[in-house]
Amino acid sequence: MPDVGRYEVLVEVRLRPGIADPQGATVERALPALGFDAVHRVRVGKAIRFEVDAADERAARSVTADLAGRLLSNPVIEDTEVLVCRPVDGATVASGAVAGAHDVHTEAGSGGRP
Amino acid sequence: MEPVPSENPAGEALHRALGLTDDEAAQITAILGRPPTHVELAMYAVMWSEHCSYKSSRLHLRRLPTEAPQVLVGPGENAGVVDVGDGIAVAIRIESHNHPSAVEPYQGAATGVGGILRDIFTMGARPIALMDPLFFGDLDDPRTRWLVEGVVAGISGYGNSVGVPTVGGELTFAPGYARNPLVNVLCLGVLPVDRLVLGRASGAGNLAVLLGSLTGRDGIGGVSVLASAGFGAEAADDAKRPSVQVGDPFEEKRLIEACLELLDRHLVVGIQDLGGAGLACATSETAARGGMGMDVDVRAVPRREDGMAPFEVMTSESQERMLAIVAPADLAAVQAVCERWEVRASVVGTVTEPAGAAGAAGAVGSGEVVTGATTMSAHPPAGRLRILDGPGGAVLADVPAASLSDDAPLYQRPLAPPADLQQRRSADPAALPAPSDCTSDMLAMLLDPAWVFRQYDHDLLLNTVVGPGGDAVVLRLAAPGLPPSGKGLALSTDSNPRWCSVDPRLGTELLVAESALNVACGGAHPVALVNCLNFGNPEHPEVMWQLSEAVDGMASACRALGIPVVGGNVSLYNESGGADIDPTPVVAVLGVVERLERVPPSVALADGGTIVALGPRTTGLAGSRWAVERRGHRGGALTPWDAEEHARLLGLVADLVGRDGLLQGVHDVADGGIAVALAECALRSGVGARVGGIDGHGELFSEAAGRVLVCTADPAAVEAAAAGAGIGARVLGRAGGDRIVVDGLVDVTLAEAAAAWRGALADHLDPSRDPATS
Repeated sequence: MPDVGRYEVLVEVRLRPGIADPQGATVERALPALGFDAVHRVRVGKAIRFEVDAADERAARSVTADLAGRLLSNPVIEDTEVLVCRPVDGATVASGAVAGAHDVHTEAGSGGRP
Repeated sequence: MEPVPSENPAGEALHRALGLTDDEAAQITAILGRPPTHVELAMYAVMWSEHCSYKSSRLHLRRLPTEAPQVLVGPGENAGVVDVGDGIAVAIRIESHNHPSAVEPYQGAATGVGGILRDIFTMGARPIALMDPLFFGDLDDPRTRWLVEGVVAGISGYGNSVGVPTVGGELTFAPGYARNPLVNVLCLGVLPVDRLVLGRASGAGNLAVLLGSLTGRDGIGGVSVLASAGFGAEAADDAKRPSVQVGDPFEEKRLIEACLELLDRHLVVGIQDLGGAGLACATSETAARGGMGMDVDVRAVPRREDGMAPFEVMTSESQERMLAIVAPADLAAVQAVCERWEVRASVVGTVTEPAGAAGAAGAVGSGEVVTGATTMSAHPPAGRLRILDGPGGAVLADVPAASLSDDAPLYQRPLAPPADLQQRRSADPAALPAPSDCTSDMLAMLLDPAWVFRQYDHDLLLNTVVGPGGDAVVLRLAAPGLPPSGKGLALSTDSNPRWCSVDPRLGTELLVAESALNVACGGAHPVALVNCLNFGNPEHPEVMWQLSEAVDGMASACRALGIPVVGGNVSLYNESGGADIDPTPVVAVLGVVERLERVPPSVALADGGTIVALGPRTTGLAGSRWAVERRGHRGGALTPWDAEEHARLLGLVADLVGRDGLLQGVHDVADGGIAVALAECALRSGVGARVGGIDGHGELFSEAAGRVLVCTADPAAVEAAAAGAGIGARVLGRAGGDRIVVDGLVDVTLAEAAAAWRGALADHLDPSRDPATS
């Protein structure tokens, strides 16, 4: 398994399409006062960066999508997307703590609420 | 112009998917004289949903007494309004936001607060207080904890930001609410009597101006889907999620100020908030109330999203929007006010003549009889609501405006008492074995709600004289723009699903009695009542029986005490997995303190004071927390009350509370009986008590109505006043020391009781949300 290792990931959590975004609307309304009058459709979300040990990139993405849906976001009003998933240079991983060695649920929003 | 038939004519499946029955769909066709278009069908579906039309409950609600000299506006408008003297009126309304809060607790509760605020300032009143009765399942359930934390955070997040104090509420935990929490929200507003406005469109040619937020797909179908269908499997909850509405308290704050300025300057002829059913409701109701019609240009509605269909625009429940009716000459001034408050204002429609007068504008006021001959419907002459696709564009909908509300179906649903009613009533909890020591039962019933209300800013506006945690909230009657007044307002929200489960009729009577007594403990006399009727599935005959009984109980108690019902809300289909919630009518009584000259005595004891019990002695335990929660016994017959004696008690208590320095503490005997009332007085003041002469656990835990504990340095004066009022008064013991002792029944240190009291809620919930710990 040549790809086993540690992966750097960046997850975006954003309001689902169509959900009102008062914060984004406020930013958009304030921008023209600073001369930025060509900015439209502002949406404010959050980005979360961490590293994950996984058997391969696919497994790293999968576990990231799962945890993003269950902990990092409120699936009632938010979507998540894994924006970046790439190997961390030179990192080695002990076996036994590797995501992808077992089945991982990939559907975001499948859980997260008790 | 004839409406353009929808290209995909509304079929059977469509009206059912929208929640309309076959009969209802047929009725729509009969009203229109043709099949409805998509837009029409969507508007009827939301307006005829249970949530908007009260189709199951209206027949029963008519039995409530709604008239009194002080009532300026009764049920049916956005809020009830009563004249409290000094040229000041008070607007009050309570609503439920149960189903949205079950799906997304933070936004569900937050938008509930936003909606009730708009109902109040729509009437021209400045909102000055919010209260929130909340009902959840047991705290052992992690989902309940998630719901509690989300709902409380949503209420505080919105209320604190918008600048209106959340001054109190109710908190009930019972297993029946586990999957269907109840979130009721109440708002109180004040206005100079002459600023009172009603949501009416008048004057053909006047403009309908949409104020506030952009329109998105928020809550599309939310009213009919979310509020009018029970919760089934978990998967169904997921499917309902896209219609969550998001609140924006800062937009609401701007909207409040803009609307009140528009009303102060007489720049609008009518104003209406947008709530359930959105524009469809606001346009049809303003037009119908004014006896006018309205043309709405759906393209003129500013949108947040691309590609919205006209039916989505008309039924969207996007928050923080109002519809103002403006004379064309005032439009520029209205726009200037809105610009100053950074509120968007868009002309979306025009008021039109009622049918029959159309095309005969010159005839207005000429006294000509309008014949109203129309082949499209059997309606008397009335305005039509037309939805146009651009000015002069295609007619997407053309309906009699009043038909959306007035012609909504009215159901006399079958009702029947539960089959085992007599059996349950005859199972008296007096037969339960007496506890050898009542201390542990008392401790288990103590619960300090401070974890909840510490998250609310209850001192905003600086009118709060008595905040959360006592019997009634007491507020100064003051706000910008009001004439000066030395009066105060007292307010209490009350519920008791245990009583109402045992006997919905008598339980609701006792509820009204208790709420009025709470207000008396604030030194006030009751002037109005609003209610929020939370019940299960109205298609179950037992639920309809509960509703009918509760209405009769409320009517009878309100008549006996002379309190008019000025508004209400009905929330049905509160069920999960086929199990209905216990009947949960919530009442809120508003009282007036004629001269608020000092802070009234609170729930407290003073060292050395004498503890006196006012009211009758009782031992009945049916429906009590001791029987239901501690022993799992849900039967028996509630202890009846004497309404005439209760009315005298109300006067006595308000009189004692108003006397300078006579009372050191006052608390009505309610949940948990004398035991919990005494413990709460002791715990809130840090002063112990020793009392005696209590007739066993029955008298200790009985929750029968009409009893009050007072602490006084002058018991002779209290007893004399009670004798004058014909109310029983009995010295129970003295305040002092560091123990709570009821001779032969309870003996516990204050410290141990305090640990049980404080920990009951806080130990289960997120400590980071409690400002007291940070």
